[in-house]
Amino acid sequence: MKKTFLAVLALCMFSVGAMAGEKPVVGLVMKSLANEFFKTMEEGARKFAEEDGTFTLIPVGMNSETDIDTQVNAMENFITRGVDMIILAPADSVGLVPSVKKAVDAGILVLNFDVTLDKQALVANDLPEDFLFVGPDNEEGSERVGDFMAAKLGSGAKVIIIEGNPGADNAKQRKAGFMKTVEKYNLELLESTTAHWETEEANTVMTNLLTRFPDVQGVMCANDSMALGVVKALEAAGRINDIDVVGFDNIGACQELIRDGKMLATVDQFGPEMAANAIKVGFRIIGGEKLDGWIKTPVAVVSAQDFIRK
Amino acid sequence: MTKKRLSFLLMSEAGIGLVLVLLCLIFALYEPNFRKPNNISNIFTQISINTVISVGMTFVILLGGIDLSVGSVLSLCTILAGLVISNGDLSVPMAIILAILASLAGGIVCGLFNGWVSERWRIPSFVVTLGMLNIARGSALSISNSRTIFNFPRAFNAVGTQSFFGIPLIFLIALAIVLVGHFVLSYTVFGRMIYGIGNNEEAVRLSGHNVKFYKVTAFVICGMAVGLAAILYMLRLNIASPILGVGFELNAIAAVVIGGTSMSGGKGSLIGTLIGAAIMGVLTNGLLLVGLSDFARQIVTGFIIVAAVILDTYRVKLSHMLE
Repeated sequence: MKKTFLAVLALCMFSVGAMAGEKPVVGLVMKSLANEFFKTMEEGARKFAEEDGTFTLIPVGMNSETDIDTQVNAMENFITRGVDMIILAPADSVGLVPSVKKAVDAGILVLNFDVTLDKQALVANDLPEDFLFVGPDNEEGSERVGDFMAAKLGSGAKVIIIEGNPGADNAKQRKAGFMKTVEKYNLELLESTTAHWETEEANTVMTNLLTRFPDVQGVMCANDSMALGVVKALEAAGRINDIDVVGFDNIGACQELIRDGKMLATVDQFGPEMAANAIKVGFRIIGGEKLDGWIKTPVAVVSAQDFIRK
Repeated sequence: MTKKRLSFLLMSEAGIGLVLVLLCLIFALYEPNFRKPNNISNIFTQISINTVISVGMTFVILLGGIDLSVGSVLSLCTILAGLVISNGDLSVPMAIILAILASLAGGIVCGLFNGWVSERWRIPSFVVTLGMLNIARGSALSISNSRTIFNFPRAFNAVGTQSFFGIPLIFLIALAIVLVGHFVLSYTVFGRMIYGIGNNEEAVRLSGHNVKFYKVTAFVICGMAVGLAAILYMLRLNIASPILGVGFELNAIAAVVIGGTSMSGGKGSLIGTLIGAAIMGVLTNGLLLVGLSDFARQIVTGFIIVAAVILDTYRVKLSHMLE
């Protein structure tokens, strides 16, 4: 099945190319560009397209993290337009699967990145369970940064997890990673609660949790925006020196906190390169390579050491 | 006489104040941590931003309007102020003063737009401010290129955690804003006009007053309040971000409504709004301390908002009966 459509695709590309001498077109369906992480990713993809010069990139962003409709519309527009490749960061791992099916049926190469499509939904839509995914392992990232903190605190330490949006896949995966750390180091999990990815809410939640659990030793946050709020809460309470905070995403504001010793570490998923990596994989497939399943992109723990070395 | 005084008390904020006292008592009994002076101080900090936004929202709701743009405008104001304050070419005091002015200017311009457009074309403020919600958010994102601004002067950041006798400075600022607003609403011609228009716009118009002026000004005041709230946000969290403030309009509306201000205008007060914001803050704090799960907290908060408003309808009925 896949082979046939790849063959058809190659044929289409050849004929279109031969007729108009046009470059292949790559449609990029992003999540919220209001999020610094996706914004840098989009910029990275644009830069790659400019430098590479062999294809045309059409990026589409959306207004909020949960705006599924905009993504479905973008997919449909790309299908109508007959692009050669669609790179998709799904806002909803189930909701976007029917659109992916439509695109695949239309002979378009679809690559899933950032967040994986739901396996059951894929199978239900006659797509392979191990649909091509290019991206980092969120669970591995949070486990590694969690381990980094646990190694410093020692086994049995008292910790709190600040979760992302309940229901979001990356929030679930990051929590799962933190939970692995908790088990491995036999940590005492005082509370695991959401602050909906938000700085102000994380600040309020942490301040209140500090009242309830004054003996907490470490806080693991599912993203850096929340880590910012948590650090401010600890600073206000005069506890910044005896409680460690780790985050996820490696945003500029947190790099400064890490450099100042106010935050222990964060996780870099190399966002700017992520979309570009997916496009590269796509061209390898078009070039005839056989790839499927999960093509992992790197994750790294960023701590004060990284800044000293630089 | 006693009947009249009782009815006066019920008419004013006593009813909703009782709910606040009751909530505090319940939490204090069940959760020793709630009673700690430190925790009370934390609650003061946590309600400050919502209180200041709600002051502005009260002016608009008293006229029978609504402002859905406050969260986005807050974000835009932090970005404007953040760009000014992190500008290394300015001296620190100058940067802080200009940042406050930039934030206020941003709020005033947005408020003026909201008020003027809805009055000039007689469009419900619900629609105009929904537009502004997007305009301000998009502006904040494009001006900042969707990046968080964080390198503020240390002197500015240090102010955010100051407190006097356990009362945080940012709450004292919020309280001062409530009191100034209360004075304007209760003791000035302008304030009485707001109530007059909220109760019977036609009567005020027919008696020869410029209703448009008051309505536009109410939106400008709301914008100013949001500009001030933006500075409080920056003092508290030391960042300016184009994605902050999502859903803040709902918290502000909830505080105003719990505080006893009628959505159809003409009735309500800023003391009630302050109590409304305090109820929201006590709930957020207390329910977490008691150890309720995320989802249960959300459900309980929702029910208490509805219950407070139901209670309010009885309060009004009762006071009518006593008259």
